[in-house]
Amino acid sequence: MRQLTSESPTIDAEDKLARMSIEQQIGRAVQPAADAIRNPPEEAVFRLHDVGVWYGNKHAISEITLDIPLKRVTALIGPSGCGKSTLLRCLNRMNDLIPGARIEGSVEYHGANIYDRTVDPVEVRRRIGMVFQKPNPFPKSIYDNVAFGARVNGIKGNMDDIVERSLRQAAIWEEVKNDLKKSGLALSGGQQQRLCIARALAVQPDVILMDEPCSALDPIATLKIEDLIRELTREYTIVIVTHNMQQAARVSDYTAFMLAAEHGVNGQLVEYGATTEIFTQPRDKRTEDYITGRFG
Amino acid sequence: MATESISLRAGGAVERRQLLSRVSRYVFLLATLIGISVLAFLAYDTISSGASRLSLRFLDNYPSRFAEKAGLRPAIWGTIWVLGVTIFCSIPVAIGTAIWIEEFAPKNRLLTIVKINLNNLAGVPSIIYGILGLTIFVRFYGMDRSILAAGFTLALMIIPMTVIAAQEAIRQVPPSLRDGALALGATKWQAVRHNVLPNAIPGIMTGIILSISRAAGETAAIIMIGGFTFIRFDPGAAIPGELFTPGGFWDGLNESFTIIPIQIYAWTIDSRREFQANASAGIVVLMAGVLTLNLIAAVIRERFRRY
Amino acid sequence: MSVSPESIGRGDMGQALAKRNLKRPDEAIIMALLTLCAAVSLITTVLIVGVLIRESLTFFEHVSPREFFLETRWQPLFKPVSFGIWELVAGTLNVTFWALLIAVPIGLATAVYLSEYAQPRTRKLLKPALEALAGVPTVVYAYFALTFVTQDFLRPLLGNDNVPIFNALAASSMLAVMILPTIASISEDAMSNVPRELREAAYGLGATRLEVAVRVVFPAALSGIIAAILLAIARVVGETMIVAIAAGSSPNLTMDPLSPVQTMTGFMLQVGLGDVQRGSVDYQSLFAVGMMLFVITLLFNVAAYFFVRRYREEYE
Repeated sequence: MRQLTSESPTIDAEDKLARMSIEQQIGRAVQPAADAIRNPPEEAVFRLHDVGVWYGNKHAISEITLDIPLKRVTALIGPSGCGKSTLLRCLNRMNDLIPGARIEGSVEYHGANIYDRTVDPVEVRRRIGMVFQKPNPFPKSIYDNVAFGARVNGIKGNMDDIVERSLRQAAIWEEVKNDLKKSGLALSGGQQQRLCIARALAVQPDVILMDEPCSALDPIATLKIEDLIRELTREYTIVIVTHNMQQAARVSDYTAFMLAAEHGVNGQLVEYGATTEIFTQPRDKRTEDYITGRFG
Repeated sequence: MATESISLRAGGAVERRQLLSRVSRYVFLLATLIGISVLAFLAYDTISSGASRLSLRFLDNYPSRFAEKAGLRPAIWGTIWVLGVTIFCSIPVAIGTAIWIEEFAPKNRLLTIVKINLNNLAGVPSIIYGILGLTIFVRFYGMDRSILAAGFTLALMIIPMTVIAAQEAIRQVPPSLRDGALALGATKWQAVRHNVLPNAIPGIMTGIILSISRAAGETAAIIMIGGFTFIRFDPGAAIPGELFTPGGFWDGLNESFTIIPIQIYAWTIDSRREFQANASAGIVVLMAGVLTLNLIAAVIRERFRRY
Repeated sequence: MSVSPESIGRGDMGQALAKRNLKRPDEAIIMALLTLCAAVSLITTVLIVGVLIRESLTFFEHVSPREFFLETRWQPLFKPVSFGIWELVAGTLNVTFWALLIAVPIGLATAVYLSEYAQPRTRKLLKPALEALAGVPTVVYAYFALTFVTQDFLRPLLGNDNVPIFNALAASSMLAVMILPTIASISEDAMSNVPRELREAAYGLGATRLEVAVRVVFPAALSGIIAAILLAIARVVGETMIVAIAAGSSPNLTMDPLSPVQTMTGFMLQVGLGDVQRGSVDYQSLFAVGMMLFVITLLFNVAAYFFVRRYREEYE
């Protein structure tokens, strides 16, 4: 990863000039278009206000303001480097783990700012689960993978029941029920990802964040996960980052489109609204360009 | 590579360069083999000259004026006791330090200082550790020339290299395991204890075994502690039968002692030529131990090469 | 992490998420224990430096620094008593020089062979064999220096009169064997890290393998090679048993390899062996010499560290 450092004032000024002309090329205004951000009418699980993230002295995303609705699927889309994963990681304080990362603004979860000084990040992460791009089951048995979260969080109850329930919810119970002692790593890619979902479900979160969960999987496994996502919406709130627009259109209820001035710098929210509207009647020209494949 | 078999018939200069290159291969090979043949030769020489003394009785005898009767018994016991203290003291501290550095320490200047400091400590000559042990443990704390003092000194000496090896092992664990655990709401320690450490254990063990092997062969530091004495009893077994009582154990730790490398040293500098065979035999015993340890470490490293 | 919260909604969720330090006291305990472990290494350095400085200062109350640093004769026990460090430093320099003279060419040649010529299978076999040499306890080398090198080799070869029982060359030869794996291994690492593209460019221009190795790879890996040599020097300077046994305990200001010499480490061991009076000046000289030794090895280790950083930065 290259480090951006501004060594002298002159380089800074040059940088600003370069950035301005890129902005002019994309035709961006500093503020998004008036009704480009349309918050859902449902009850909000997350309220983001002016959220920004700095990695060192690189401003990765800035001025993100939106509400994430309860028990719906919200998708974050945009070209590579626009900051969607960064934004996702703000929601469960995973950015804390990156040295030199700084958050601005506020992220309210059911009314409480999760970045408040008095908040315990471990509690946050128990309630807001995450599934990663590359399936990462622990080198343990399937049973122990699912039980892990429950054990460390001290969740009471019959562990066998908890494991079975989670595996059922993740639509993988039938495939593994006969050999729970098998190593999690011995499963196929798609199965591993569903195992990771089961693992996340075992700690009884109410939100599940998914960072490009299908990008490492084959089309059939992908479809299975997409079906699973629609099933899970009955009980959980889902926020999914995807670079696959068709997937966003298939799976999500609401879609947020992000764009960055240059790769990894100054990602901003361009448009946000119901998925059907975004894909059939985008209000912002840049959204339309992206959807129709003119760039990204 | 193809360049060596192509010969451009035109131009003698090119042929000369080719020839030089071909010859140089064997020169370099020779150089490489020198090191290895020295090793082989030393092994052969030791075994042959020490063969006359090598027997089970050798391991059982006490040192004596008579070369044929002089044995390694007190030295073996002393080594076992001293290494025991060393292992007990150094392993927790070394692993703890490595975990602190890799997982828990805030990324500030203190961390940099600790890391640089460890690197420097790893390069400090062992005799300086001997001086440290002498001044602090033997004199200041009044442990006198005891197994305890020797064990503590060696522990301090091998902690830096063990930490560095443990750090490497922890770093090899993929971050996705750690992140996966944390995303489930595990605390840092839970993630480390259940996910990172178990997977780093093989690498850590390799490092520990190599450090012990290093400690087993250390002479100078122990001499400075006062380990160069003529011992005719079993160190650490102060009163036979009382070894496993707390009192007997403590007395054992506070005894004077000798270790295998020092015994070898004593026989080497003995002006009576007959003792050189004893020294060789002692070397065979020491090397057998060291090589076994290194072999175990290598096997562990290969068998658990997961990532 | 700096935060500028717009609204801190507390309410029920706020309570639920609140840090409950009482619920996790074990985390705090664990953190404290681990920090304590890390502190041990810091304390060790403080103690080493403290002990050396304190006792050296006591030494310098009795012996003037001028005598220590400017005189050459080191004779602490017999009259006329003299504490000039240079004889000991010369002894260290002597054995180090001859050891490097033997080990550096062979070590570098080994590194070149392993990285540029050897088949991967050969390399896999030879490298561990070489590493095995690194694990040999130094007292073993010391024994060989005295018995094989001096008794069975040098003396028969050059005559008993020309070769004293204790001589620098015996020590140097075994020191060379001791540091051979260090030089070879680190240099080979540095050479292997030179990108393939550089070699291919040279081959493409019609260079022979030797020319590529010597004129392209070697200069490119130079920082790593220098680091290897500096580390080897540090190890030789700090080595005690080989020089104490084979080179002897009579200080001599000479670079003659066939002369007995005493190194700084050899002297320190001598003090440790004998029953020297605790408060006496000879005892304290131990610390002054130790201080010199510590500083010198530290300088070489730090220098090596910088060169390692340089070669890592170049290619990673």
